[in-house]
Amino acid sequence: MIINGVTIDATFAEAFPMKATRAIITAQNEKWAMIAAQAMTGFATSVIACGCEAGIERLMGIEETPDGRPGVAVMIFAMGGKGLAKQLETRAGQCILTSPTSALFAGIESNIRIPLGKNLRYFGDGFQIAKVIGGKRYWRIPVMDGEFLAEATTGQVDAVGGGNFLVLAQSQPQALAACEAAIEAMSKIPNVIMPFPGGVVRSGSKVGSKYAALNASTNDAFCPTLKGATKTELSPDIESVMEIVIDGLSKEDIDKAMRVGIEAVCKLGADNGIKRISAGNYGGKLGPFHFHLQEIMA
Amino acid sequence: MSALTLSLIHSPQQRVDMSPLSCHLIAGKSKAEIGEVELKSGKRKFRVDELFAIAGDDTQDIVLKGTTEKFDYIGKQLSGGQITVEGDAGAYLAMGMLSGQVKITGNAGLYAGCEMKKGFLEISGNTGDFLGGALPGNKMGMKGGLILVKGNAGERVGDHLRKGMILIEGNTGDYCGSRMIAGTIAVMGQTGKYAGYAMRRGTLLLWNQPDLSASFNDCGMHTLAFLPMVFKSLKQLNSKFANADEAFNRVRRFAGDMSEKGKGEVLIKL
Repeated sequence: MIINGVTIDATFAEAFPMKATRAIITAQNEKWAMIAAQAMTGFATSVIACGCEAGIERLMGIEETPDGRPGVAVMIFAMGGKGLAKQLETRAGQCILTSPTSALFAGIESNIRIPLGKNLRYFGDGFQIAKVIGGKRYWRIPVMDGEFLAEATTGQVDAVGGGNFLVLAQSQPQALAACEAAIEAMSKIPNVIMPFPGGVVRSGSKVGSKYAALNASTNDAFCPTLKGATKTELSPDIESVMEIVIDGLSKEDIDKAMRVGIEAVCKLGADNGIKRISAGNYGGKLGPFHFHLQEIMA
Repeated sequence: MSALTLSLIHSPQQRVDMSPLSCHLIAGKSKAEIGEVELKSGKRKFRVDELFAIAGDDTQDIVLKGTTEKFDYIGKQLSGGQITVEGDAGAYLAMGMLSGQVKITGNAGLYAGCEMKKGFLEISGNTGDFLGGALPGNKMGMKGGLILVKGNAGERVGDHLRKGMILIEGNTGDYCGSRMIAGTIAVMGQTGKYAGYAMRRGTLLLWNQPDLSASFNDCGMHTLAFLPMVFKSLKQLNSKFANADEAFNRVRRFAGDMSEKGKGEVLIKL
């Protein structure tokens, strides 16, 4: 398959089941809501070493948020419910509780509930106050700038993590420009996050390493400087490869995000140095979710 | 199906225990069977059809017409369904309600909504003492749900209140929120003496400066983020509390009652 001169490889991305949650952060203004959200979703690019994958899903207007202030929806993905709950609590405690004027609310409904403000309340040292408003329980925790308001729990849902595609380009600036275009388009899709810096990964990994202590290492088949030194996947005209990783609440959400992302890349086309779109997988043996690029773009 | 309508045709001399007429107790009964239900009144018992003309058949939607302040225990331990009282009610209206709703167009007596656990009680007129309170000797009053009073309430509103919300558009008597354990009481009108007396936790939200005892300490003026959410949650009510002009988030906070646990608060609109 070729779109605007860009070859879509007959391959697939392989993804895994994860557990996810969404939280809504509000603040006095959008600037401070965003600062809090960025802090909470920082150092959360990959479950390999961060414990979770997190990202900002979207901005929320004052008419959408529970307390009528500007807000940001963030999503956190982890391999299991226990890890997710721990990451959520730690990040909420260190990044949202501490952020000026912030408040924290549940962003997703589910029968499985995980603590949001439920345990953070103990920071109130006995001065915390519970309020049930509209059937939901909130905690008012006295802090130095006034009160930190946090909903007691949020929902935990089944999700999919690790959807991806690779952008193979003639040069590094062209690969980055294509990925930026893709991220801009994909950020409009609900229920997905692209957890890596700016949504883009330049260091895609393969499973395993020559070093026994490591369980992942550089994806040498896609490293342009190793074209003559390893079993490469790259043709001579490709000088740079970047990857976009997508976590979503469902396979369909990731399908949609991948489609608009690849469309945006292909729109730049071969004229802008984009040669191929490929994807990362493990031979289909590890992850139950397969995203076939040509099917998605059909 | 139309609402099961019971119109008063005979008012006995003694008070009447209306608890057998809660929706869940007569569910599935025919009109004739409902007519046979016995209601205690002093040392006598009346059949329902001796006191009321019966029309309609929906036992989950009961309308009581013409009742007076002698009719006690209307909606006692109501578990689903709704009861509308077109008239007055005696004591213990919606006592221990588990779910559903009770609405009354007139006045209610003592202990309305006492120890209710869930559901919605709306009183369009005035109500007596111990609204949402605990029965004598008991340690916990209302444990959940919402009470709306459009008129005035008597003394000891929310005595031993454990959870839930009481909204009063009018005035209250003395000791409003006495011995509160938690929950919220909002009063648009005036409160009597000793508001929040011996409250442990919970919130008294007041539109007017109360006569507080010395055991409440001034914590200053604050903008509280949870207040707009409270008002937003009340928007669906047919009440002044649903009026956006009445919403506020700026209050003076008093902590108390320091003679008790002291974790309660009185928030006064600025």
